[in-house]
Amino acid sequence: MTGGLNLLIALAMGLNLVALASSRLPSVIRAAATQGMVLGLLPLLLEQEFHWMVGLVSVGTVVVKGFVIPHLLRRALRAANIDREMEPLLGFIPSLLLGAGATIGAVALGGALPLRPEHANSLLVPGAFATVVCGFLLLMGRAKAISQVCGYLILENGIFLFGLLLIRTTPLIVEAGILLDLTVAVFVIGIIVDRIQREFDTLDTRKLTSLKE
Amino acid sequence: MTTAFDILLRLLLWLLLAPLVPGIINKVKAWVAGRRGPPVLQLYYDLAKLWRKGVVLSTAVSPGHIAGTAVAWMALVLAALLLPAGPAGAPLAFRGDALLFVYLLALARFCTALAALDTGSAFEGMGAAREVSYAVLGEAAIITALIALSLQTGSVSLTTMLAPAAGAGAALLAAGLFAVLLAENCRVPFDDPNTHLELTMIHEVMVLDHSGPPLAAVLHGASLKLLMFSVLLVQAVLPAGELSPLTAACALAGSVLAVAVGVGLVESLLARLAFRRVPLLLTTAFLLCLFAALVSWRGGHL
Repeated sequence: MTGGLNLLIALAMGLNLVALASSRLPSVIRAAATQGMVLGLLPLLLEQEFHWMVGLVSVGTVVVKGFVIPHLLRRALRAANIDREMEPLLGFIPSLLLGAGATIGAVALGGALPLRPEHANSLLVPGAFATVVCGFLLLMGRAKAISQVCGYLILENGIFLFGLLLIRTTPLIVEAGILLDLTVAVFVIGIIVDRIQREFDTLDTRKLTSLKE
Repeated sequence: MTTAFDILLRLLLWLLLAPLVPGIINKVKAWVAGRRGPPVLQLYYDLAKLWRKGVVLSTAVSPGHIAGTAVAWMALVLAALLLPAGPAGAPLAFRGDALLFVYLLALARFCTALAALDTGSAFEGMGAAREVSYAVLGEAAIITALIALSLQTGSVSLTTMLAPAAGAGAALLAAGLFAVLLAENCRVPFDDPNTHLELTMIHEVMVLDHSGPPLAAVLHGASLKLLMFSVLLVQAVLPAGELSPLTAACALAGSVLAVAVGVGLVESLLARLAFRRVPLLLTTAFLLCLFAALVSWRGGHL
């Protein structure tokens, strides 16, 4: 039970680093999508007895994060007709090392925090910290709008992991609402990406800092 | 007297078996490509041929050229003596021999690079520079892997470290060590052992000016290193110490064969990486070993 849970969270933590190390946009999208699907399975493992609402949220998460959002992103990528190479502001090796450092730091921090006994032996808290930090790194360290969206998705995955700590007290409708918000956000960003592309002929967000009439 | 004889016998076994591994890899590559390929024993013929040939030296070399090659080969042979081989155990084993193992490998690399620099050729200097700059990451990975094994077993002796299975981090450790094996032995995603083109060589460049018996020593040392890394990888993952001697010996031989076939398949199916991508892959190998170490450190608590 805890073994399977920890294995899935460790897989998600590994996918953080895959996302940080990959040099092409489709592979980052794939890493974020796979991570979303892996985390979508967690509520099923956490609940002792099966509840139809938990199953629904789980299936919804897997479908939205694993298929709908990547599809939207890939469509934006195709529509904007941008080249697939990432433009790292922070090199791949430094970001990979920072991500690994954050992961190790998160595990150490998770060991130091006074957690409830049922969470003390799981990777939930370290996984959440590591995923949030790696999401931030991706958000800060890449220049293209689509890769920043992926960073945002990974950041959200980390927050979702934190949310799993409270799964017994949070109404599941909140989770469903977050999922809906996320889809809408990615949908809107897909449109914005298209607009940025038409206006500036590039997706480099650094260009957005200069004012224009 | 019997101990000396015993050590000599095992040493002979290491030395004689080593050239078999590149032969198997080449056979697998030929088989995948649909060719007949060179015989498995090709390297033995090559070594015998080279041993009978004379040595041609550049006018710039000092005696250090031959000495460096000889010391490098000796260092690799000594490292092989420290590595346990399944149920037979290591010819030499003492507390802390893992550290000596790493240092002997580093000494071998240093002497090869020194012998390359000694030829006075700028080209070989470039090869030596590449070799040692990749070695920084490769050595970090192998030291981390040994730390992981040491944390797992609470020992710094290779015999005790390699006896049990690697525990929960075994998959991570195996992946990391396999990548290190490919990098350290100049196999395909990092370097191409077949090419003689300027921009694709790392290890090959360093030995271009060697000839005759010194070249034979370099080639034999390289095959010995490949065999050592395969044995290290297999023993780190397999619980060789918990099986009966015969099963362990069969498992070890079979797994080393599997590693050789795996290297051959990787070499047939993958293209060489772009030069600037290599550090990223080596960093990944280092991180895999680091996380294996983390798993063996925290594994008990989770």
